[in-house]
Amino acid sequence: MANITEKIAKNFPEATVEEGAITMITIADAKWHDLAKSLRDEENMDYLVTIVGMDWPDALGCVYYLMSSATGEMLAVTVKATDREKPMLHSVADLWKVGCLLEREVYDFFGIIFIGNPDMRRLFLNIDWVGYPLRKDYDMNPELNPISTENERTSDVTYTYVEKADGSVEKKEVEVFTPEDFVVNIGPQHPATHGVLRFRTAVDGETINKIDVYMGYIHRGVEKLCESLTYPQTLHYMDRLDYFSAHNYHHGLCMLFEKAAGIEISRRAQVIRVMMDELSRIASHCLFIGTFCMDLGATTMLFYTLRVREQILDIMEKTCGARMTFNYDCIGGVMQDLAPDFVQDVKALLEVLPANIKEYNKVFTGNIIARNRMEGIGHISREDAISYGVTGPSGRASGWACDIRKLRPYSIYPELDFQEVLATEGDVMARFKVRMREMEESAKILAQLVDNIPDGEYCVKVPKLLKIPAGRWFEMVEGCRGAFGVYLESDGSTKPYRLKIVPPCLPLAGAVDHMTRGQKIADLIAIGGSLDYIIPDMDR
Amino acid sequence: MPYEAFKDNEYIESLVKQLQESGTNVVVGSLDKLINWGRSNSIWPLTFATSCCGIEFVSLGAARFDMARFGWEVARASPRQADFMMVAGTIVNRMVPVFRRLYDQLAEPKYVIACGSCAISGGPFRRSYHVAKGIEDIVPVDVFVPGCPPRPEAMIYGIMQLSRKIKVERFFGGVNRQESQKEFLKAHPVEGVED
Repeated sequence: MANITEKIAKNFPEATVEEGAITMITIADAKWHDLAKSLRDEENMDYLVTIVGMDWPDALGCVYYLMSSATGEMLAVTVKATDREKPMLHSVADLWKVGCLLEREVYDFFGIIFIGNPDMRRLFLNIDWVGYPLRKDYDMNPELNPISTENERTSDVTYTYVEKADGSVEKKEVEVFTPEDFVVNIGPQHPATHGVLRFRTAVDGETINKIDVYMGYIHRGVEKLCESLTYPQTLHYMDRLDYFSAHNYHHGLCMLFEKAAGIEISRRAQVIRVMMDELSRIASHCLFIGTFCMDLGATTMLFYTLRVREQILDIMEKTCGARMTFNYDCIGGVMQDLAPDFVQDVKALLEVLPANIKEYNKVFTGNIIARNRMEGIGHISREDAISYGVTGPSGRASGWACDIRKLRPYSIYPELDFQEVLATEGDVMARFKVRMREMEESAKILAQLVDNIPDGEYCVKVPKLLKIPAGRWFEMVEGCRGAFGVYLESDGSTKPYRLKIVPPCLPLAGAVDHMTRGQKIADLIAIGGSLDYIIPDMDR
Repeated sequence: MPYEAFKDNEYIESLVKQLQESGTNVVVGSLDKLINWGRSNSIWPLTFATSCCGIEFVSLGAARFDMARFGWEVARASPRQADFMMVAGTIVNRMVPVFRRLYDQLAEPKYVIACGSCAISGGPFRRSYHVAKGIEDIVPVDVFVPGCPPRPEAMIYGIMQLSRKIKVERFFGGVNRQESQKEFLKAHPVEGVED
């Protein structure tokens, strides 16, 4: 890391570098694109984790989090926009493909225009929405944006901002679909989109030419809501983003708060958290297999897989008291101690799981119809997976070792013996098989821990009104669908100044267009199913 | 489930009383009973889920809770074939037009169950800038099922309440069509079409 710091000081003397857990570079917008290019090409920062839009008291701006896909090293770059009335920054959508979508998100929430981004439209909100909701001076008056039962306006035109030689910026119109395109609307109410996602699909016969993804049909404004709540109060929203990774997301946010406030948690709490994470991973993948097979027409698989899921939910219910929104991890540890028969129940699960996985494979994986629909479909290469930010089992199916548990180890994962499941094919079948094998790996972790849950307190004493010193933190954990991150900027009060959630599912949806080009429209269902995105997670 | 075990019998009784005030023809009344017996035991839901509650609805369909016992298992993907809509999840501003259209597309007689606190009032997201504060402002609701998300047992109870409600309705009595065709066309004029 010292190496990078030196290089930056040499090549970009105007940049300021601030050492920390994650090195923070601050640079002016004019040099940002050059710096980004050199970071990507020379320092191998090839994965753009997220762009955090910010409304600081003095300026609007962005914090870019970059990661090296090989080493897991991270860097953060702060860029500020000078003008508040018409804030503009240079786009990095040409360097990282996921950038296009992430910049659209920042534009939607903060109104920052990215020069050079090919598609500057709103992402989550209607095109007629008034104001930029995550700005601190946003007017919440519901009369400005009333709830209407009239159909929303859809436009085939998008805008791009081009910088001319003399430095002035010109707004240009770009067509998303030409009048010759035959556009079919899929969603938001469609049984195979796994929630309320909408695709506008240009087709030629049965072949897909282009997909334009529309999100925001379940955008609930969690990030804005968090700004008005105290730290412990923000936790319960994590259950409702990706409701299958509720434990993992809680784990991530609690870890962030604990690091920021300097709280050490007991080993017992850590073991409990990891066990719950892995249990939810198995439950999540079970439901994935069920719904995915149902999408492909094998309805009965759902009943087989939900059998195991119900067993896991029983274990969780005994300890947490709920079937889905557990709210179990809390700052300092976990809410309650484990139920008395937790160990016994987990052992019973581990006993039946191998037979169940074998059964799934027997019933479905080898089936010739299933194989024909899955093999060679929806291919994404390793380079594209990194560029699009496709993490989790989907990224690992393309050969990218992106498991945060291995790449940036947290909690007690370094001590555990488990393998990162990788495949190289990058197609639907690979994504399906990676998840199958991940269930076995999670079972392996559980088997190592189930007899070794240490005694001790399950939660350390933490003040009810937690205060976090001013500063910035970023933390990542491995959710069930990929790398989940949280960014916290604190101003020293009891409420977060900005809490940005980095969902793994947003880049997944962004890659759908790339994966489906030239494929048949029936394959869209298989591809979408295999990515296993959760819409409330990407919309937040 | 025995009649006494339900919690809001007064409501059903008042509904029955209201319906019977004008008296019922023996033939029509018997036919009503027969039809409602069939209808209440085969209410088909629309596959409509926006978030967490939808997953519990999936569990409801699986072997453990098995809604097929009651005749509700035929979840339809098209609103034209469904009898009721289980609004499972938050409805946000952008979803409202879609949701309203889905409701309009349901064939009469149609019912709505507001499932979970988001659908009832906006739930934990009530103070957000992009969330509808309950679906009652958008469509009429027949049954509310509280919970975040409601347990599958609660959902079963909710749909059972709906089926009780259907049982006491008068199918031939005109209660299902709230407005006549003439009134409807007056309110929704079709351009270029003469009467």
